[in-house]
Amino acid sequence: MWDSLNRIVALIRKELLAVLKDARTRNMLLLQPVIQCLIFGYAATLDLNNVPYAAFDRDRSAASSALLAKLDGSGAFHRIANLTQADQMSSLIDNQRVLLVIQIGPDFQRQLSAGQDAAVQVIADGRNSTTAGTALGYIGAAVESFNADWRGDHGLPPPPVQLTPRAWFNPNLETRWNLVPALVGTITMMSTLMLAALSVAREREEGTFDQLLVAPYSPTEIMIGKAIPAMMIGVVQATNALLVSQLWFRIPFAGSYVTLYIGLILFLLAAVGIGLFVSSIAATMQQGMLFAFVVMMPFALLSGLTTPISSMPAIIQDLTLINPLRYAIDLVHRVYLEGVGLGQLWPDLWPMAIIAAATLSAAAWMFRNRIE
Amino acid sequence: MTPAAPSRRTRLAAKAWRVWALIRKESRQVFRDPSSFAIGVVLPLMLILLFGYAMSLDVKHVPVAVVIDEPSSEASEIAASFQLSPYFEAHLTSSMAAAQALMVSEKVDGIVRVPADFARRAAQGDASVQILVHGVDGNRARIIEVYAEAAVAQAGARRAAEGAGDAATGGQAVVENQLWFNSANDSRYFLVPGLIVLIITLIGAFMTSMVVAREWERGTFEALFVTPVRTDEILIGKIVPYFVLGMGGLVLCMLSAKFLFDVPFQGSILTLTGVSMLYLLVSVATGLLISSSLKSQFLASQVTLVATFMPALMLSGFIYNLRSVPLVVRLISYVVPARYYVSLLQTLFLAGDVWSVILPNAAILAAVAVLLLALTRRATRKSLG
Repeated sequence: MWDSLNRIVALIRKELLAVLKDARTRNMLLLQPVIQCLIFGYAATLDLNNVPYAAFDRDRSAASSALLAKLDGSGAFHRIANLTQADQMSSLIDNQRVLLVIQIGPDFQRQLSAGQDAAVQVIADGRNSTTAGTALGYIGAAVESFNADWRGDHGLPPPPVQLTPRAWFNPNLETRWNLVPALVGTITMMSTLMLAALSVAREREEGTFDQLLVAPYSPTEIMIGKAIPAMMIGVVQATNALLVSQLWFRIPFAGSYVTLYIGLILFLLAAVGIGLFVSSIAATMQQGMLFAFVVMMPFALLSGLTTPISSMPAIIQDLTLINPLRYAIDLVHRVYLEGVGLGQLWPDLWPMAIIAAATLSAAAWMFRNRIE
Repeated sequence: MTPAAPSRRTRLAAKAWRVWALIRKESRQVFRDPSSFAIGVVLPLMLILLFGYAMSLDVKHVPVAVVIDEPSSEASEIAASFQLSPYFEAHLTSSMAAAQALMVSEKVDGIVRVPADFARRAAQGDASVQILVHGVDGNRARIIEVYAEAAVAQAGARRAAEGAGDAATGGQAVVENQLWFNSANDSRYFLVPGLIVLIITLIGAFMTSMVVAREWERGTFEALFVTPVRTDEILIGKIVPYFVLGMGGLVLCMLSAKFLFDVPFQGSILTLTGVSMLYLLVSVATGLLISSSLKSQFLASQVTLVATFMPALMLSGFIYNLRSVPLVVRLISYVVPARYYVSLLQTLFLAGDVWSVILPNAAILAAVAVLLLALTRRATRKSLG
């Protein structure tokens, strides 16, 4: 037992040295989560601000300028042109100079005063339908607010039923609050899975894996010795990413660190298990990396990071049940933003434990049974 | 007598023969390696299926809990409105506490609460319905709010229609939408062009990022030093096989775009092939540059991931729009070549051959390709470090 522990510690030391002795690699592993969190934290937002638009105001009345002022004042839109002719529209949109053109008909104010509905035409560039869809939502809100003002100014009753919306856990509905904590899981998974996948492949390529197999190590010991260093690096990376999200983006942390780290360690165990399994199939580092990537892509895309799982077809939703990242992102969100305790995280914890157990034992079996 | 200097013709022939030998060696290595098959065929197919069938930003069938504090016909009207809406799956809940428990355990994404004095206040015309949304996914939450607004407005309209002659509500400004280039508002229309970018980046940069580093690690690069092979020839030998594989990936994507997803293609195939070759060249050159300047496979793999794939996914404007990001990030995005290619593809697919978009973007890609190839050539010099 004691001997076994000694051997594992020696292997862990050797693994850490192999990865960290090179300063370039060390910096890469430490800084990469910070840089990615920073850039993507800013880039990956679905919120809009300063979207360029052009106004084609054919009414030029007090009402139409009040409506345009609402848009300009929302902060989401930035008017770059006032059109005078309809044929100016297409060149602006074709060349992506504006995302949308707002056309106000010549009878806008007259229709409103007469108690009729007046149309505001919005022409949006659908090349990126998400952005266009979001922008249309913002315009809808601005027009609602204009309507409310108009009613108020003209002594009309407010609409019979009003909606008072309120959001839990993310009061201003910032996409960044959703994304940055999710990145903590995604970035760490990418690195740890890759580290684990390349660690055995490197020994194979250099021919030292055979030596390890004839040394007095059991396959389980080799596996533990390979898994722990990758997990240690993963924990450090997760910590770096968490620091960025709290100290730089100031996203308030609602839960307990102990809970979060227990969850993350279980998740890293599953990620390392997958990495080691991939690694046991690969003969060279190039193969290790490419296989790891082929496995990682669907994990990243089907995790809820970019598109919500609930919008996926039922059969794909079932597939995501074997994706550890899905549970990790949910877990980080719940601990980080909602502040839930370990008891409520059970539905996230046990699947990760099963994935870790299955992949780690498969990897250990492959170590024993695959020698070329 | 000294032998005559070899003529220009024989020198060229020898050069062509050397390049051909390198291409042959490199291609065999690529096509015999199972990981090439994985990344060149399995991954593109998988991405095509995932993007085409699995990923969607559309919000539908959102589970919500409806709490009615005091039963009345007006309140049931609101509840019915949510039950009828295709966007919601309404579950009537007996109490607010039960609804909150459902929300905390993520069984529902929102709570609609009709307060106790709703019927009385509706008669006076200032009733309100509360909606609580689970805000963790901010974008989704915002869309849910908009749909809830519509559902409530519908209930109001039904009531107004029944009690016709109710106080005139007056006119209001109504938004009429027109979505150019994508009238179906189908997110596949822009996901498929994005997919092509990802696949070309993967094939171009990932496979090449390790090839030169591997030769350094194994010492076979030094062996090349003592042969008459020149740096340019080595580079051509490394570029050609991956270039062919990348074009294969493009054909695969185009076929699936046309036959599986019916994504319209407005531009010309010739323009598409031209700009894709430029971007593929940029990707291959990036991979080779990383590989030959780092000379370590592990480091090269990590740098490639961070420098090519992640920016192509996040900073190219294909999922997230680049108009709203802070200036610094926008400046960074200008050095991401994928950005120009995404712009080209979206225009070619949905708008057509708009030369005022195509020419500048293609020129930038060409310039980046030349620059990267020149840098790669410098980094691959035959010299011992």
